[in-house]
Amino acid sequence: MRIRFEKRREPSRVMQAVTPVAAVLLTMVIGAIIFQLIGYDGPRAVREIFFTPILAAYKWSDVGRRAAPLILIALGLCMGNRAKVWNIGAEGQYIVGALSGAGVAYFTQGLTGPWIIPLMLLAGLIGGALWAAIPAFLKTRYRVNEILSSLMLVYVALQLLNYLVTGPWKDPNGHNFPQTAPFTPSQMLPKMVFGTPFPPGLFIAFALAFAFWIVMSRSEFGLGVRVVGDAPKAARYAGYNADKMVWHTLLISGAMAGLAGILEASSQSGQLNLGFPSGYGFTAIIVSFLGRLHPLGALLAGIVLAITYVGGQVAQTVVHVPNATAGIFQATMLFLILASDVLVRRRIRIDWGTKAAPQAAPAGAAAK
Amino acid sequence: MTLEFLIAALVTVVNVSTPILLAATGELVVEKSGTLNLGVEGMMLLGAIAGFAITYIAGDPQWSDSAPWLATLAPWLGVVAGAVAGMLGAMLFGVLALTLGANQVATGLALVIFGTGVSSLIGAAYVGLALTPFDQIFPDNLAQDPVLKLVFGYSPLVYFAFLMVGAVYWFLNRTRAGLVLRAVGENDVSARSIGYSVIGVRYAALAFGGAMSGIAGAYFSMVITPLWAEGMTAGRGWIALALVVFSGWRPGRLLGGAYFFGVFMTLELYAKASGFSFLPSQFWASMPYLMAIVVLALMSARESGGAEAPACLGKTFMPDA
Repeated sequence: MRIRFEKRREPSRVMQAVTPVAAVLLTMVIGAIIFQLIGYDGPRAVREIFFTPILAAYKWSDVGRRAAPLILIALGLCMGNRAKVWNIGAEGQYIVGALSGAGVAYFTQGLTGPWIIPLMLLAGLIGGALWAAIPAFLKTRYRVNEILSSLMLVYVALQLLNYLVTGPWKDPNGHNFPQTAPFTPSQMLPKMVFGTPFPPGLFIAFALAFAFWIVMSRSEFGLGVRVVGDAPKAARYAGYNADKMVWHTLLISGAMAGLAGILEASSQSGQLNLGFPSGYGFTAIIVSFLGRLHPLGALLAGIVLAITYVGGQVAQTVVHVPNATAGIFQATMLFLILASDVLVRRRIRIDWGTKAAPQAAPAGAAAK
Repeated sequence: MTLEFLIAALVTVVNVSTPILLAATGELVVEKSGTLNLGVEGMMLLGAIAGFAITYIAGDPQWSDSAPWLATLAPWLGVVAGAVAGMLGAMLFGVLALTLGANQVATGLALVIFGTGVSSLIGAAYVGLALTPFDQIFPDNLAQDPVLKLVFGYSPLVYFAFLMVGAVYWFLNRTRAGLVLRAVGENDVSARSIGYSVIGVRYAALAFGGAMSGIAGAYFSMVITPLWAEGMTAGRGWIALALVVFSGWRPGRLLGGAYFFGVFMTLELYAKASGFSFLPSQFWASMPYLMAIVVLALMSARESGGAEAPACLGKTFMPDA
């Protein structure tokens, strides 16, 4: 008997929709087994991580708060990853976006007015886009691998944050804590809006998810992104400029990460400190893949990952699992979704015959 | 600047360069076989916690009666454990990216996230504990000599790193197996058509790369600090990836590159003492990353930019059955 992965003529749409769900379910099973084996109440941990945040209404606000930046960042990454432009430095763009907005806040401390908040959000967008423009420039001008350059800039952004909150932007009334001055009421967005328990960022994320969906599926630009990613040679013949696509996708994903950063700062934390970076930029990579690089998929996947964040904290207090637990569940989910990709592009064929067909592939396709 | 200060600085440069040299030597072989494993940072963290934990357990005084030799052996067991842990991480990558044909970039990132999570899960029990540093192999009169320590005052892993650079050079350029490995990385279809197992070769390369990354991680927790802290490799795995590009995929150039980055990693520590304090310390701390970007730009901008990269780097190989 041999198991082969036979190529499909077209990627399976059914599998594309089914596999993310299966990946999440399988993550629960594997997670329960692993945590049981290392001495925790595994099934209980899974229940707390995946279901408590949904069943307990008072946790919804927390889920919404974490889903907002994850979805916003992932929307940009979905677009980039579709074009095979790998921006893995969204965490850096998130930080620089927040810093840019906080810069506006720093210079408008004594001022009031409804124009301050829009200016801060704009600064966040631009800051994130500029930070992503560095890898875009290096890629298009010098052919520098954007994976490495965007990632290196995360560490630079962390040092920049460290410098600003311990140096020039340090709160003079902050008892020497490394933090900026608290934003004034004119610099703050409400924590929750429209009488819901959800932050403004979540509503912006939902609106933008639909906007991204329309752009990606209906516009010339969206078509270009998909063609450049799926068939770069054909795209070149068809006149699509790959360098332009690098610029567009990096600037857009940088701006989205920057927006997520300033929304988080202005509606939730209310100031910047050394604890501001939260790893959303990295987790959003998982969100984009779990959402199958589709804007609406990212919307759902962002909520799932937000649930694991919140649930991870619940499990920490209830089942006493370590704080790394949520991260392990998230990584397992990404592994499974990547593994299941093979089912989208190929179908499993099992040959029961005693004689293996002579043309059966000797390497790679054969089961190990 | 006194001689003493200069020697101390140089010793530091060698110490901080060694882990990126180890990891990059492994990754170079992986990339030569046509696989791009971005999970170096994750494998390093797995190696760091495995090395620390095994050294700590084997060095426990409770064995001193039943097996007194275990204490001497403990750091060596730790290094082996680090290598095995890194290798296991690499095999996970292999199953996904080689056997199942998953996207290599995404799989590598998943390995980083996974390694970060698993290492901090295991490491939670070891926070705050300390080891005897594994930092000397030569006798005191050589290793502690104010001048000779520049040559003799290091962990055995430093000399191991040198040896491995030479070994990899010899393997890739002077052996038949090395030729096959390069062939698989340059043209997978042809290599397969003349009967080589592309996937098999790539698995073997991955295993080696994982072991080297694991040892690099163990160097952090057993030699540099020596204690365990979450995420202690602090992005050095990514610097190692940049170092491979910097070397133009040539083992000989890894050495110079590693020490070049080492100088910039040392600047933060020595900036104040050398009178560079007019710039904030955070600037010096970000120097290795900035330099990595500059170096990548310089390397890629040359006439031959990118031409040295193995032709099949990062491409999925799954023959249609």
